Amino acid sequence: MTTLHTRSAARFMMTPAVMLLLAWMIVPLVMTVYFSFLRYNLLMPGTEEAVGFENYSYFLTDPAFKTALLNTLLLVAGVLLITVIGGIFLALLLDQPFFGQGIVRLLVIAPFLVMPTVSALVWKNMLMHPVNGLFAWVAKSFGAQPIDWLAVLPLLSVILIVAWQWLPFATLILLTALQSLDEEQREAAGMDGAGPISMFFYIVLPHLARAITVVVLIETIFLLSVFAEILVTTNGGPGYESTNLAYLVYALALLQFDVGGASAGGIIAVILANIVAFFLIRMIGRNLET
Amino acid sequence: MARAIPMRRRLLFTVLGWVTGLFLFFPILWTILTSFKTEGTAIASPPIFLFFDWTLENYWEVQSRSDYLRHFLNSVTISFGSTLIGLLVAIPAAWAMAFAPPRRTKDILMWMLSTKMLPPVGVLVPIYLLFRDWHLLDTRIGLVIVLTLINLPIIVWMLYTYFKEIPGDILEAARMDGASLGKEIVYVLAPMAVPGIASTILLNIILAWNEAFWTLNLTAADAAPLTAFIASYSSPEGLFWAKLSAASTLAIAPILILGWFSQRQLVRGLTFGAVK
Repeated sequence: MTTLHTRSAARFMMTPAVMLLLAWMIVPLVMTVYFSFLRYNLLMPGTEEAVGFENYSYFLTDPAFKTALLNTLLLVAGVLLITVIGGIFLALLLDQPFFGQGIVRLLVIAPFLVMPTVSALVWKNMLMHPVNGLFAWVAKSFGAQPIDWLAVLPLLSVILIVAWQWLPFATLILLTALQSLDEEQREAAGMDGAGPISMFFYIVLPHLARAITVVVLIETIFLLSVFAEILVTTNGGPGYESTNLAYLVYALALLQFDVGGASAGGIIAVILANIVAFFLIRMIGRNLET
Repeated sequence: MARAIPMRRRLLFTVLGWVTGLFLFFPILWTILTSFKTEGTAIASPPIFLFFDWTLENYWEVQSRSDYLRHFLNSVTISFGSTLIGLLVAIPAAWAMAFAPPRRTKDILMWMLSTKMLPPVGVLVPIYLLFRDWHLLDTRIGLVIVLTLINLPIIVWMLYTYFKEIPGDILEAARMDGASLGKEIVYVLAPMAVPGIASTILLNIILAWNEAFWTLNLTAADAAPLTAFIASYSSPEGLFWAKLSAASTLAIAPILILGWFSQRQLVRGLTFGAVK
């Protein structure tokens, strides 16, 4: 049906979007690669020179890199664990009919809509503060010693904050998937004598498998780049205890003005994200065909 | 067929559901409550939950001391501006891909998606330097450009999945009846496309409003939107909890309301149509 004419019109209509994204992706990325092979510090202008892979070897052998990489992985894994398991429970709960279901659902979704700097500061000051925070009060009223969360357990604190923000995302997606579960299938299993537990493991969980994969992949993409939450709570510290890759690159670039080193770090972050993106893209692509 | 649910079970889940919901919502509720306290009651230990002298003083203070309104308007400009420009670029593209797909449309879509997965730190250094050289640092126009580009793939994708659902047969029928391309668009397609475009706008405003990597790194004072303004409360001198809460409440309220209206679109947009 589509004629040659509409085809060329279509190509014309797509051009601006494609060109813009191409420019956005290629130009800065090429520059980053180029900078990563230079010794280039903004504090010493005019001393740029090509140094081959020196920035990479320096970045990769820096003990801060190993810590940051580990922290990045722990952050992603920790948040995924909490949000996926919590999300399954919440989705199952919200799938049950009860009074005020709509309102409860709104309450559950809300944390996802709060801007990262607000949630991080609210948790840091009003909940996790060792003296006046609410957690400290709860601990004291149980006779326990309050914990200085951000000083003693900085990474765990960041994980908790980020997990709180992402739990609604997992819940929403799993709930949407759950609602497409065939009621008759459940009823048939029930008639065959399946209890709630075997029902969950043999019917519900397999049905959710795809949605869980989507949650894991998409969250991973975003969680690899967690930044604002770290910036306003711990500044990556104490030491490098809560520094992830994104924060390390930021610190190199905008605090130490080491353009070359930061670029090398940026490229390594890109490679890491690409590994995850590869799987996500394949999965969404398969979905596109059907 | 409706399931018959025993009353006891329903009551049990009502309690369970509300307890869980309030527990997860609590940090936000606490922020809202604190915003009406004086600085003294805000840090009181044991905490005071409801019975304090409610005051609006913090809201006035936040405005008079730090010009809250300017940051609010920056957020509005940046999120609406980037959404508008994004739509202008994305609608034709999504339209073409849905109704007259050129070859390799699927590849182009996947490639657009992949740009979204580029971690921002991968391009932080060049963007920062280019912005410095072009005098775009700490300007609203600079942020509009960046946010348009980072959200463009999501806009194109969402519009594409919505346009895809408009049946092609209707177009053909309109054409048979002698409708010109212009009429076809205005009378047939546009009314069917409006809901999809509206949800795309909603989601994109939410994403742009809350974006906190580029807004923090590319602004200082002039163009700082609310994300960056709130971040300034992280300094030790800025420990004014009641004021922080008032600023936070104002910053999140519009998006909470928008977001509550667009739950389903949220799922669809954020999973690139993988879960509907």
